[in-house]
Amino acid sequence: MLSDKDRIFTNIYGHHDWGLQGALKRGSWDGTKTILEAGRDWIVDQMKASGLRGRGGAGFPTGLKWSFMPKQNDGRPHYLVINADESEPGTCKDREILRHDPHHLVEGALIAGFAMGAHAAYIYVRGEFIREREHLQAAIDQAYDARLIGKNNVHGWDMDIYVAHGAGAYICGEETALLESLEGKKGQPRLKPPFPANVGLYGCPTTVNNVESIAVAPTILRRGPAWFSSIGRANNVGTKLFGISGHVNTPCIVEEAMGIPFKELIEKHGGGIRGGWDNLKAIIPGGASCPIIPADQCEDLIMDFDGTRAVKSSFGTAGVLVMDKSTDVIRAIARIAYFFKHESCGQCTPCREGTGWMWRVIDRMARGEAEKREIDMLLQVTTQVEGHTICALGDAAAWPIQGLIRHFRHEIEERIDLYSRNPRPVERQMMEAAE
Amino acid sequence: MSVRRLASEQPQSFAISPDNLAWAEKQLLKFPEGKQASAVIPLLWRIQEQEGWVSEPAIRWVGEFLDMPYIRVLEVATFYTMFLLAPVGKKAHIQVCGTTPCMLRGANKLIDRCRERIHPEPFHVSADGNLSWEEVECLGACVNAPMLQIVPDTYEDLTVETLDKLIDDIQADRPIKPGPQIERHHSAPVGGFRALTTPELYDGSMVGQGAGLAAAREAIAARAAAAEEAARAAANPAPAEAPAAPAVKAQGEADKEKVPDQVKQTVPASDPSVRPDAAKKE
Amino acid sequence: MAKIIVDGIEVDVPPDYTLLQAAEAAGAEVPRFCFHERLSIAGNCRMCLVEVKGGPPKPTASCAMNVRDLRPGPNGEPPVMLTKSPMVKKAREGVMEFLLINHPLDCPICDQGGECDLQDQAMAYGVDKNRFAENKRAVEDKHIGPLVKTSMNRCIHCTRCVRFTTEVAGISELGLIGRGEDAEITTYLEKALSSELQGNVIDLCPVGALTSKPYAFQARPWELTKTESIDVMDAVGSNIRVDTRGREVMRVLPRLNEAVNEEWISDKTRFIWDGLRTQRLDRPYLRVDGRLKPVSWAEAFAAIADRVNATSGSKIGAIAGDLAAVEELYALKALIGSLGSSNLDARQDGAKLDPALGRASYLFNPTIAGIEQADAILIVGANPRKEASVLNARIRKRWRAGNVRIGVVGEHVDLTYPHDYLGAGPETLGEIAAGKGAFGEILANAKRPIIIVGQGALARDDGKAVLAAAAAIASAPGRDEGWNGLAVLHTAASRVGALDVGFVPAEGGLDVAGMVSAAGQGALDVLFLLGADEIDTTSLGSAFVVYIGTHGDAGAHRADVILPGAAYTEKSGTFVNTEGRVQIANRAGFPPGDAREDWAILRALSDVLGHRLPFDSLGELRRALYAAHPHLAAVDTVRAGDLADVAALASAGGSLGWAAFANPIHDFYLTNPIARASAIMAECSALAAGQLAAAAE
Repeated sequence: MLSDKDRIFTNIYGHHDWGLQGALKRGSWDGTKTILEAGRDWIVDQMKASGLRGRGGAGFPTGLKWSFMPKQNDGRPHYLVINADESEPGTCKDREILRHDPHHLVEGALIAGFAMGAHAAYIYVRGEFIREREHLQAAIDQAYDARLIGKNNVHGWDMDIYVAHGAGAYICGEETALLESLEGKKGQPRLKPPFPANVGLYGCPTTVNNVESIAVAPTILRRGPAWFSSIGRANNVGTKLFGISGHVNTPCIVEEAMGIPFKELIEKHGGGIRGGWDNLKAIIPGGASCPIIPADQCEDLIMDFDGTRAVKSSFGTAGVLVMDKSTDVIRAIARIAYFFKHESCGQCTPCREGTGWMWRVIDRMARGEAEKREIDMLLQVTTQVEGHTICALGDAAAWPIQGLIRHFRHEIEERIDLYSRNPRPVERQMMEAAE
Repeated sequence: MSVRRLASEQPQSFAISPDNLAWAEKQLLKFPEGKQASAVIPLLWRIQEQEGWVSEPAIRWVGEFLDMPYIRVLEVATFYTMFLLAPVGKKAHIQVCGTTPCMLRGANKLIDRCRERIHPEPFHVSADGNLSWEEVECLGACVNAPMLQIVPDTYEDLTVETLDKLIDDIQADRPIKPGPQIERHHSAPVGGFRALTTPELYDGSMVGQGAGLAAAREAIAARAAAAEEAARAAANPAPAEAPAAPAVKAQGEADKEKVPDQVKQTVPASDPSVRPDAAKKE
Repeated sequence: MAKIIVDGIEVDVPPDYTLLQAAEAAGAEVPRFCFHERLSIAGNCRMCLVEVKGGPPKPTASCAMNVRDLRPGPNGEPPVMLTKSPMVKKAREGVMEFLLINHPLDCPICDQGGECDLQDQAMAYGVDKNRFAENKRAVEDKHIGPLVKTSMNRCIHCTRCVRFTTEVAGISELGLIGRGEDAEITTYLEKALSSELQGNVIDLCPVGALTSKPYAFQARPWELTKTESIDVMDAVGSNIRVDTRGREVMRVLPRLNEAVNEEWISDKTRFIWDGLRTQRLDRPYLRVDGRLKPVSWAEAFAAIADRVNATSGSKIGAIAGDLAAVEELYALKALIGSLGSSNLDARQDGAKLDPALGRASYLFNPTIAGIEQADAILIVGANPRKEASVLNARIRKRWRAGNVRIGVVGEHVDLTYPHDYLGAGPETLGEIAAGKGAFGEILANAKRPIIIVGQGALARDDGKAVLAAAAAIASAPGRDEGWNGLAVLHTAASRVGALDVGFVPAEGGLDVAGMVSAAGQGALDVLFLLGADEIDTTSLGSAFVVYIGTHGDAGAHRADVILPGAAYTEKSGTFVNTEGRVQIANRAGFPPGDAREDWAILRALSDVLGHRLPFDSLGELRRALYAAHPHLAAVDTVRAGDLADVAALASAGGSLGWAAFANPIHDFYLTNPIARASAIMAECSALAAGQLAAAAE
């Protein structure tokens, strides 16, 4: 278990002052000027050396991403955009940073902005995070008042940080959709190339980072990349905010070491599976888009990028959703399919049409009102969506269903059998079972 | 999501309040010149806060204020599902999260309860006009499932009983407490903290430590030395180019320069009921 | 240039080519719905997916990726693209299946049937089975005006229509509202589109979601005869295809001509066809006792001969209208000349244009395509949006490309692109010509300026001075070698051709105003109107009016003899557009009843009048015409005007008046006799007037 002293977000539960005084006392804004004085290249090199991989789900190395920004300014301003559009079911870590430890983010924005030659940062907070947005704005205001950021601040790098927000669209978590939304349009992802580092916000070089990736940067730079990379295992280093939701005894958010065994995470922080370890049916390891992992593969599951990939799932944002044996797993995935159908932006064909189709089929399957050959058809439809869309939402919509069929095909078949034997009572039974 | 259309009954006109107009004009300053369309979402949201929903005249007002074609504002208003295109309950519009993490912990029962107590259908106002409800997609509080939002606050760790109490309190105009509706501190585990229990984290002893800062100082010193070397080498022959200046002007001992202690701080505590900007909102 | 291997064939293409273009260069067909050469790239239909080696292991949208974005092989080999691999086949079949699951099976009642991209590509790239067992989506149809019919169940969300209206037409009125599978194309509150180019969305729509409302359920494409022709609704000379069934024109579609209309046409061009069926003059008439009475051709000719023989040449006149082809102008000029008259004119509006000043003095010299080279544009006394909608789209295209300033002197109107409004009248023009003011400076420093002079600036007493002032700006020093920026914007299809053949008063002859007033005063005995309806026909006194034309419009109402002619779709006729491009309209059908081609009427009449014209066939007429005016033989080319003429014109000077310029066209939809006979145009006109009134409130 990670020791408290290695935890970056020390006020994640909001049990202390989240304002500037409290943050200063916990070590934020400590030596920021020195870090900036060490130079842009030094910072990027340190970030690369730390091995930090983006915390928004894709796991792209953060330092490398920062280095993509043009070194020379060609007359266009550079922008840092921070993605606080946390909307994936199972993921609720950034919320805690925004409302309880916002100065990590504000300081990180200054450092990251400096490292990419940006004088302006936009933090795009999902519309539903209203109180979180207020806390963040207050923290920014405090930083302005203390001249930590803004024009002519004590750090010698002009930095304006603005809070922007959405209004209910998961797709705006996709970086180019976020930029579109920030420009006042519908959140429909852009075609890539050109990539945001060349043509981003308002056509200017832009880097979009997840809240957690930015918020951990100051501490990494203060304590050194060696410290960060000593936690976890190769290629999967550092600390990470985990969210534990679903059928555990004590759901919570906790910062833990990358590579913590799933079992340890659940036992130590989640209070164990509801009804005991043997009552575990399956988990979704990192947010709704990650394929489901059945209980037998959870026994030795390592919670990091490679550990989850080994069981054909993905680490995502480390928001673990636990399902015990009472779960109607088909209905659980059907609800996720509905979510993606609801959040499809409607721009490109496979996702617009495919998400609705997949949801309707799996919704029937959850009732048993389907035919067995449709299972393979559904699987094929998912592959027609996956990899054929403009953004990754199509993939995200396909994976949960693929995971379900991979591991729980027998349950779908049983459900269909039950229904075809006697449609009415089954439906009632299933409704009861689901509750 | 279903087809989102403007309500069939619309007010004749829309007028923004003077305060909100001033606020809207300030919003424009956040964005570069000519990019005022960026403010469309905040503006529509502000209008929804003022009016309770987004009406057709309001959409036109935003279009004119931001110099956007009406259809572009309509696109935004219909794309983003938080914009309510028809009036909702006077006292509360209850948005119950129904996505899988909440569903697994009983959100469907909450939804059923809303059907029973408010209206069988979402977006319909209850008989007394006070309440309405809808099922929304993940609100990002999965470790506090099941939960709901009554803008601007969330109500978490609900049961049918606590939902009933919530509705009763709203109907009776009693104050309601945001956050977890059980004995629990935000997203920490029920029954007490299992992390972040070390007192040294909070007494200031974390400040001023860090191998990274030492490395930064070394890097600065090394660069200064290199610059000096270069200057010396350049001094003998013809004066060469000045060494690349560090992006931030170096000042010795800069890291010792701490943030002034007497920072104005209006926000005292983490208590969610005391909000820094409570005054600002009104 | 960049090398790329497409299906094993190596091609050399510009690096900014898209993969789709590169595939076409290599002869590989790539299906697409959302991609359109003249619109921004949306990449949303996903039909054009191809496989790219060395990239991510998933198909790539070929419309959105440039050749330069591809990485070469490890040893510097050219990048490899596959358009026929199993991955591509699967991707196309998948996308096609998705497009079809919610697409209705209403092809038998869909007007797009037979020319539907979705139908064609489903045949070529789809699978024949349907696995979709759910209910299909139902979408409410939207009202977007009297021209474009919607059937929204069929929409595949390619957004071509949204991009066209926003980018090309310059009206942000269509949008995609909602999201996901419930996204819908609509206008704001289903208001009618206000663009004069909106009909183009019908062609752009790859499915039957947007179809022609007037043409709805009229015909199937395979039963129509297609004739390539030229439009006469304005002086742009848009290239069109006239589709006929039997004698009737069923619809008009654009033809591609990069130099003229690209692939757009205005709504008047497209929807005029119902005007070709109504109010037609289908037999000769003679006014007897104040009433028009049907007569035979011989009786009509005899009546004319009586009157002509009873007067002298100087008391005979001829006015040609806006839709006349060069052939009949040439024939009428010859006939009038042979009768000993100098009184002939085609400038119904009285524009001060004179062929004696050289061809450059009345052409749109920079050419329509040349607009894209301009670095500054001044519009004087014109509203190109109403007078030449397609040309206006070209100006907008230039504006979208950036780095151009556009100034307007005259009426302050919405041109669909931002411009500097400089002033209302000649005074402003004079100041600009003197290089004063910010815009004067811009023009003075421009290398390739275009000075667009509309008929609103020319059809006035000081018209010649205005033209001289414009010529002075155009011919100022510092222009690029060979650049002729004087651009006269005509509104009449016949005008440049008439000026080319010299259909203007001969020595001592009367112009239009002179003839009208002479007729009113009894000084003119016989007046020939060749489709001339835009003059004051009520002031012609007791003159014997011979009207040769197609529609029962103002001229016919005043006529003493009506000789029924052929409309532009019913004859082969030469038209010269505003830039001086010679084009030939072809006969798509026969004129109604006893109506005849105009040149043939004049030839027959000349015989009766005893001055037989020296040609017995259209071929012979054209031989004579080409001998007299050789440039008219060079079809689809522009014989450039002489720069020296512009310089000479500039030095002519003249004193400018004070009155503000008034644009010639205020009702776009009702500018000629055919349009005034069209119920569709009448509806559009009323709608536009209503919108104008609503906007004024």
